[in-house]
Amino acid sequence: MTRAELRTNEPTIADRAYRIRRNALRMGEVQGQGYIAQALDIADVLAVAYFHAMRYRPEDPAWEERDRFLLSNGHYAIALYAALIEAGIVPEAELETYGSDESRLPMSGMASYTPGMEMSGGSLGLGLSIAVGMCLGLKRKGSDSRVFTLFSDGELDEGSKWEAMMSAAHYGLDNLVAIVDVNNQQADGPSKQMMGFEPLADKIRAFGWFVQRIDGNDLDAVVAAFDAAKNHEGARPRMIIADTLMGKGVPFLERRERNHFMRVDQHEWQLALQALEHGRRA
Amino acid sequence: MKTANNTMTTGSAEKPRLTTSAMIASIAAEGQRTKPAPFGNALVELARERHDIVGMTADLGKYTDLHVFAKEFPDRYYQMGMAEQLLFGAASGIAAEGFTPFVTTYAVFAARRAYDFIHQTIAEEDRNVKIACALPGLTSGYGPSHQAAEDLALFRAMPNMTVIDPCDALEIEQAVPAMASHQGPVYMRLLRGQVPLVLDEYGYKFELGKAKLLRDGADVLFVSSGLLTMRALEAARQLEADKIRAAVLHVPTIKPLDTEAIVEACRKPGRLVVVAENHTVIGGLGEAVASALMRARVHPAFQHIGLPDEFLAAGALPTLHDRYGISTEAICTAVKSWR
Repeated sequence: MTRAELRTNEPTIADRAYRIRRNALRMGEVQGQGYIAQALDIADVLAVAYFHAMRYRPEDPAWEERDRFLLSNGHYAIALYAALIEAGIVPEAELETYGSDESRLPMSGMASYTPGMEMSGGSLGLGLSIAVGMCLGLKRKGSDSRVFTLFSDGELDEGSKWEAMMSAAHYGLDNLVAIVDVNNQQADGPSKQMMGFEPLADKIRAFGWFVQRIDGNDLDAVVAAFDAAKNHEGARPRMIIADTLMGKGVPFLERRERNHFMRVDQHEWQLALQALEHGRRA
Repeated sequence: MKTANNTMTTGSAEKPRLTTSAMIASIAAEGQRTKPAPFGNALVELARERHDIVGMTADLGKYTDLHVFAKEFPDRYYQMGMAEQLLFGAASGIAAEGFTPFVTTYAVFAARRAYDFIHQTIAEEDRNVKIACALPGLTSGYGPSHQAAEDLALFRAMPNMTVIDPCDALEIEQAVPAMASHQGPVYMRLLRGQVPLVLDEYGYKFELGKAKLLRDGADVLFVSSGLLTMRALEAARQLEADKIRAAVLHVPTIKPLDTEAIVEACRKPGRLVVVAENHTVIGGLGEAVASALMRARVHPAFQHIGLPDEFLAAGALPTLHDRYGISTEAICTAVKSWR
């Protein structure tokens, strides 16, 4: 239950997802580049995380009782900044500084730069191991805070992810919710062609996790998955496998190929914002 | 406990003692005074008062003396399996929650396999993680897989990281609380098992970041750390017979380096400066001291005792220490040749 839902005139989760996408596009326009296709695909998951599932205080990002969010795929920083701005943790005015010198919003997410950024990513495959330690620490303290961590399907190639999965189950970390963004796109091409990881749900289930696989761009499904992760009673870590669509919400970007680091021409940013707005009204 | 030497007998005829390339070899000389598990015991003492301290390892608790802590505080001990990347990532996470993890493995696995994890999740985030690694430098005869000849170079090059190379059991005991008091990540080279006790004779007290003159002498100045301080002290004694008077400046903190004390000691005219380290000659104490002296415009006669830039052989430690020039005898021979 979030404060947003307690007041009827507050934005819906769909409104939040829309604004996260819009914030990301505006940052992309500032630099004329960025991992915008990923930001668009994961906006729905972030909207549910920040406006339905997680406990936090925008004015106090280090609040001890907050739920932690670890962005393992640091190149998704543009998406998380968009969510942190929407959540009021980062002032909207800073959006204009994205990726610039002295900005608190560097292109790759780092804990030392940005309020609400709990880890330094960039080097892929780190987040789940950190999450395991945080969950152990929270349990030691008797805290009921949870750790959410987002990582990308390409990170499944990293052995450390599987080390962490084994250990999370070994320690029965029921305070851990991991979300893997399966957009099937990594640096050199389609993730499943780079290194096959299916059947993913079966694999992770066999590692001892409570696993759900959903359409990560279906808001109702995402909400239901976060709820089920919370309400599940097993002493097991929770994995949400979110199949997503690169560029989601901007049709001409959804159709663009080879879009790990998507080229977007200068005039296209405004077109993308218009397409996003159009799609929302439709 | 496995030792460097095995005695084998067949029939009635006694064969000579064989040397061995066992992974775990004692660095204590025969008859030398030792203390058991100084790291584990000191950590237990500290953890009685410091409830934020936890222990973590990757299937090497028994071989890093962390088992002593595990026995005393089983619920504060985290076995992470044989997974060093996970080990250090999780250490960052538990430190982020306010705990002070003492994390152990072998130096090779921290410095090589998990380097990026330590760099990103611990050093870059400035997490309060204390890393204590066994088999530093050439303290295993098992071959390059277990000989961390380059660990100091790698961790020196990591911003935010404090690097300690203790000499003996006394120093390890004192370094443990000092590491815990320091805010930020620390890498300590760990001597484990029966660890020689040397520095008590010198009224020594470890201070983080401080070099200490253990003995003075007008002809040679050893600037040394870790195991090689022990050897330098022995060499200094033996060199007296040749009328060579040697001083020993012990530099247990490799980073931040006590540049002031080093430059001051090296400024004294007429002394041959010999930096001695249990580490490759690349990137360790020797090069750190040389560059500090250059920057201070102090130019004494300078020599460097360290491990060669090559993959070291498997074999018994005494054999290898002789071969690579870090045994007491080899040091004495070298110093006499330089005079």
